[in-house]
Amino acid sequence: MTYSPHTDADRARMLDAVGVASVEDLFADIPAGVRAGAWAVPPPLVEQEVRAELARLAGRNRIAEVSFLGAGAYRHLIPSVVGEVIGRSEFATSYTPYQPEVSQGTLQSIYEFQSLICELTDMEVATASHYDGATATAEAAMMACRLTRRSRVAVSAGVNPDYRRVLETYCAGPGIEVVIVPVDLAEGGDGTTDPAAVADLQEVACLIAAQPNYYGQLEPMRELADATHATGAQFVAVVEPTSLALLEAPGTYGADIVAAEGQPLGIPINFGGPYVGLMAARMASVRQMPGRLVGATRDAQGRKGYVLTLQAREQHIRREKAASNICTNQALMALAATAYLIAVGPNGLREVAELSMTQARQLAGALESAGLAERRFGGASRPAVARRRPPAARRHATLAERGIVAGHVLERAEPMLRDTLLLAATELTTDDDIACLVAALEETR
Amino acid sequence: MAYPDDLRYSKEHEWVRMDGSRATIGITGYAADELGDVVFVELPEVGATLTQFGTFGVVESVKAVSDLYAPISGEVVEVNEALRDAPELLNADAYGEGWIAKVELTDTDQLDGLMDAAAYAEATA
Amino acid sequence: MSVAEAPRSNASGRGAAFSGPNAGDDLTVVEPLIFERSRAERRAVRFPRPSERARAAGDGQPQLPASVLRAQAPRLPEVSELDMLRHFNRLARLNMAIDLNFYPLGSCTMKYNPKVNEWAARLPGLAESHPLDPQALNQGSLELMWLLAELLKEISGFEAVSLQPAAGAHGELTGMLMTRAYHGAHGEGEQRMKVLVPDSAHGTNPATATMVGYQTVTIRSNERGGIDLEALRSALGPDVAALMITNPSTLGIFEDQIDQVLAAVREAGAIAYMDGANLNAILGRFRPGQVGFDIMHFNLHKTFSTPHGGGGPGAGPVGVSERMEPFLPAPMPVLIDGDAAEVRANAWAGRSTAGARFALNDARPQSIGKVRSLYGNFGMFVRAYTYIRSNGDAGLRTISEDAVLAANYLRVKLHDVYDLPYDRLSKHEVVFSGRRQKREHGVTTLDIAKAILDHGIHPPTIYFPLIVEEALMVEPTETESLETLDHFVDVMREIAELAASDPAAMKRAPVTTPVGRLDETAAARRPDLRYVFPDEGDVPDAPSMAPAREAPTT
Repeated sequence: MTYSPHTDADRARMLDAVGVASVEDLFADIPAGVRAGAWAVPPPLVEQEVRAELARLAGRNRIAEVSFLGAGAYRHLIPSVVGEVIGRSEFATSYTPYQPEVSQGTLQSIYEFQSLICELTDMEVATASHYDGATATAEAAMMACRLTRRSRVAVSAGVNPDYRRVLETYCAGPGIEVVIVPVDLAEGGDGTTDPAAVADLQEVACLIAAQPNYYGQLEPMRELADATHATGAQFVAVVEPTSLALLEAPGTYGADIVAAEGQPLGIPINFGGPYVGLMAARMASVRQMPGRLVGATRDAQGRKGYVLTLQAREQHIRREKAASNICTNQALMALAATAYLIAVGPNGLREVAELSMTQARQLAGALESAGLAERRFGGASRPAVARRRPPAARRHATLAERGIVAGHVLERAEPMLRDTLLLAATELTTDDDIACLVAALEETR
Repeated sequence: MAYPDDLRYSKEHEWVRMDGSRATIGITGYAADELGDVVFVELPEVGATLTQFGTFGVVESVKAVSDLYAPISGEVVEVNEALRDAPELLNADAYGEGWIAKVELTDTDQLDGLMDAAAYAEATA
Repeated sequence: MSVAEAPRSNASGRGAAFSGPNAGDDLTVVEPLIFERSRAERRAVRFPRPSERARAAGDGQPQLPASVLRAQAPRLPEVSELDMLRHFNRLARLNMAIDLNFYPLGSCTMKYNPKVNEWAARLPGLAESHPLDPQALNQGSLELMWLLAELLKEISGFEAVSLQPAAGAHGELTGMLMTRAYHGAHGEGEQRMKVLVPDSAHGTNPATATMVGYQTVTIRSNERGGIDLEALRSALGPDVAALMITNPSTLGIFEDQIDQVLAAVREAGAIAYMDGANLNAILGRFRPGQVGFDIMHFNLHKTFSTPHGGGGPGAGPVGVSERMEPFLPAPMPVLIDGDAAEVRANAWAGRSTAGARFALNDARPQSIGKVRSLYGNFGMFVRAYTYIRSNGDAGLRTISEDAVLAANYLRVKLHDVYDLPYDRLSKHEVVFSGRRQKREHGVTTLDIAKAILDHGIHPPTIYFPLIVEEALMVEPTETESLETLDHFVDVMREIAELAASDPAAMKRAPVTTPVGRLDETAAARRPDLRYVFPDEGDVPDAPSMAPAREAPTT
């Protein structure tokens, strides 16, 4: 099934106009020696057939009936109106707003997105979007290198290990050294980064730390920021956006650059993507920011309008001297985040954050009082909590067969965290879900 | 386009005005026109050492960006702070209020390698 | 609140491209910012209250300390659901889009985005699948990724494909990181630090080279629009890491000396990288992996019809030759139980593959690592897979045939009124020059683009490639009907006439759009990048002094 509108008569007329006898002649410029041979692409399918094929694949997945899995991708309610907004053809089937006169819808919505992210993070400028939280974090590190003219970056081990892997990949190219600042994962430790360890860092461009961190623990962000600034480095905060309804904003505790995964803001889990990377910074650093920016301006009649601006930072003008190579980003996902933040508003976002935390506390309390698990780290946490009861990996697998995903097994990535599960609760976690997990663990005790 | 006779010019479109051992430098009207409306000038720092034909800053318009190449070597003793808020001075008055930096020269012989107004006019014709 | 209206066009009876809620000239805001509609305590979505049981069960658990709490709630807009929906619907109407307008934006392949793709992407079994679920629960997602990679291998002739990169430029970054890893593994990492890029290349190519610490060397094009072989040969040497080349080029021209280019690159020990942005022209006709390219990125949002979304999400999988395979990003979806040929045959025939088991293989010791979190823009994989299966072998070939036919049709229909610097067989796009209009009438390509807007058509890409003066880069794609193409021809000819008869009218265009030409200089000189609340004090400016911009290298 193709989407070509042409009839044979149309094609004949066009070939005639071009002055060639057949469509083969249009490919005469491909040298005979390099022309494609046969390929084994399957035959076309009509809509009914292709739907059956996709339904077959969807049917091979089993969506967990009860899940406490987060670890970087979270199930939240996506208000119906969000889907309605991003489903509009005018947003979904346009491209980068190169012609502002016919792209004001996209441009104004990006300006609103930038404004919302600035407000959420208490920062002065936010970009139009990045691929995801991990690449936004890596780009933030490169930006810090440009700002400080240094070529080492430090990252807390409390930052999502996936982000740290991406950071290492990005840094390998230009030869930027990555230094890991440990978190206290020992028995009885609090699972956070020690500000005293930051003072010893030599000539680093930045420290990257996450709030809450990967283990659901609250980092001493203000102390980390102060310690980082004392070394002349930039402080990069990786944050979880819904938590900012309750937690102090990065701009308030001294972050120079903020990077975040925007998936919790109205974007489906989608097996890992597309998501959206958020980045915000101080206005003083704007010319070193990677990625697109939209600014407000006017036309000759005095009408307010929006344009892509400060483009001389970007690859299509500055080429090999650009701040980044980023071109296509995640505009439609940024629109989803925009629509989400507006749909829930300040009260709704606070309700999401509070309910997520309440359910995480209920989860922890229920498991502890049933003697099924104990909290791995002290201190307050949201919404992810770590649990421990041997043998965690095997019981996790047993539960999965019953459609219950008891969070994420941590020992594969971090051997110090043997028999530890990372569990997440959100506002979608019900009391029954928690009761179901408790009952299932009782049965496999 | 007319070029002031009292200046020396580089092929990278910078001009030099001498005053004893001190030089004022900027970009030519030709360069400013080619760039279009200038929106941003990245100035060197006072105390920075310039090397002849090395880059010492950046000038941006909406759709273009260009490095600034030092027409002579020396130490920056003053920069045109007014450009921070009014980059449009480069378009409006390239040889006057649009000056970029003042430099204490290390080698006045370098001036001999630059063009006079007539030669520059010919080079940009 | 009423809104401003652009003056109606009176030239040549052109209709308004937009019929938005425009009435009256008194106000200057087309659609207020959502922040301006906010009223305290107005609500759209609400959430449940926690149960008593939840509160009680969590009682003994630690609380958030006051020291980490936010002093002031973020000032998100407070609006009703209907207010919000109308706001976005009004904004939507200010956009041009494929679903409404002809959109021949060169190098972007703005083809129709089939709706069955969207149906597939929203299947709960796929959209709700969690990437970190135990793999026993994820077999459908993993199989889809594996099958898509198999199809992309077949289409491109490469030995292996990673789906991980999130966009074309991200695929380039992946390719250049792999190039560094490859040369490093062969003891030439320090020696090979240059990347050759033709002067017609996308800006992402040199920007990518810089991001991985490489130095870009520009290779000039010859008078036929191809790469200059002599210039290439003299630039190649033991210090060259790779050639990045777009084929067909950004001029829409197939590199007809590609065999000699590849031979020269291979002889010099460099990596041959193909920017696959223009794959839509050569499906079934040219398979880069089969003829000696080492790496190519795909743009699923171009060739394989995933929606462009106003600037993403895209997806930029990379295909590689056998020698580059060890360096591909990790993890890779792999078939761990079952025969690959049999699984493919079953999947292609719509039969069950229930016996096959898939996994993610992270044990790739020479891999460059991860280039993004998790596994990539999976939602785009679903759409691209749906699209490739819908088209099938015959359909994919037809795509390129019709895309190339349409571009050539526009070439012959317009080359008498617009200069064509490289007047030869086109592939999927054709690059005109507005230099005649500029020279004879003082009308620039920008003016032409703005005049096109008044006809309800999105303009071509302008001022790119850089080697064409006043460039107009037209990519009609295969999904536009002959009537649409003929209408575009009429519009372009009418504009050429208007440029001659009334250049001043061209300078006023567009006049039917929601706003006219915007002051980009003012926007860049004094950036206004976010809403400022009425009670906010001084807003910091961008500094005029920027620190060094070069990426540090060691």
